[in-house]
Amino acid sequence: MGRESVLVSADWAEKNLDTPGIVFVEVDEDTSAYDTGHIPGAIKLDWKLDLQDPVRRDFVNREQFQALLSARGVRNEDTVVLYGGNNNWFAAYAYWYFKLYGHDDAKLIDGGRKRWELDGRPLSTDLPDRAPTNYRAAAPDLAIRAFRDEVLGAIGTKNLIDVRSPDEYAGRLLAPAHLPQEQAQRPGHVPTALSVPWSKAANEDGTFKSDDELRALYAAAGLDNAKATIAYCRIGERSSHTWFVLRELLGFGDVKNYDGSWTEYGSLVGVPVAVGDEPGSAA
Amino acid sequence: MTAPVSAIDGCGAPDQAAPLPASVDLAKETVLAGVVRGGAGEPVPGAYVRLLDATGEFTAEVVTSATGQFRFFAAPGSWTLRALSRAGNGEVQVSAARGLNEVGIAVAD
Repeated sequence: MGRESVLVSADWAEKNLDTPGIVFVEVDEDTSAYDTGHIPGAIKLDWKLDLQDPVRRDFVNREQFQALLSARGVRNEDTVVLYGGNNNWFAAYAYWYFKLYGHDDAKLIDGGRKRWELDGRPLSTDLPDRAPTNYRAAAPDLAIRAFRDEVLGAIGTKNLIDVRSPDEYAGRLLAPAHLPQEQAQRPGHVPTALSVPWSKAANEDGTFKSDDELRALYAAAGLDNAKATIAYCRIGERSSHTWFVLRELLGFGDVKNYDGSWTEYGSLVGVPVAVGDEPGSAA
Repeated sequence: MTAPVSAIDGCGAPDQAAPLPASVDLAKETVLAGVVRGGAGEPVPGAYVRLLDATGEFTAEVVTSATGQFRFFAAPGSWTLRALSRAGNGEVQVSAARGLNEVGIAVAD
């Protein structure tokens, strides 16, 4: 791995808009952004409509992922270049899916939609016309996905990283501050989880900080390189961003994203919860 | 008009131009809302507005509407609002109380 193989600049992307074998994919929660203008030729994925199962609380399974990418005209051999709003949260989340389902050649555009817009690069409202394909997904790679029992077992034994804002970590807020705060789950964090907000890994234009800055960030936070790591947030998209940093940019071996995240953990009956700014201890 | 359900469930930004959803209880919520304006007082659409907490740490970010509007749901206390746009950047400090706190942000090169 390493930065060059998983991250491209907006400049590189603009120079490769017409390169055969490269598919640009915009991933957003609010696809009205795509509809008002997207990178020319890019297809769109809606993180909820396209990537979540419509009934069960889970994301799309192997067959659903195959059907989705086949319909959107993505081939197994394509280089998938992802970008989106929210500082690439949902693009990183989709990147994690592509890796989970065995797509080797995936990349993020550094800075995502924000950097692209602030640079004044071209946006198009034309919809791409891609012929359907017969995309084949691999069995899900659960080495990069954590479930709740594994998170409980990780308390005091593995690195847990809570990437939400400090106020969400401490329990003073229950959701990101652009959303209403009334929620079902209890406020707080998983005991022993380190607080390293995803935003510390990014510059304000949405680009990732340098590898040296990132290494220093997690070292200062107390991440133990000898241990496995599980990252979580509220619904698993901001922690995908941190998962991308730790595993794809910095090359840590055993890093999982807990996509159930706080909306699941904070609703569980009988599990330990820590409140306040300190990690707390294993019970 | 109410915000789409997906905007409430997820982490993406609800439509910034929409009035406050009827479900928002201003007796409980601390809302920071306003307009980003350029050097001539014109609203700046498409600006990226981020909410920073009392320690300067990122808390949330939204993109302004066609009329330059933004909105956050926070908590009482000290906040910084910082805007990035093609028309320039700007920031303002806010001491927020429960209810609706109206804030303007001026941006310039």
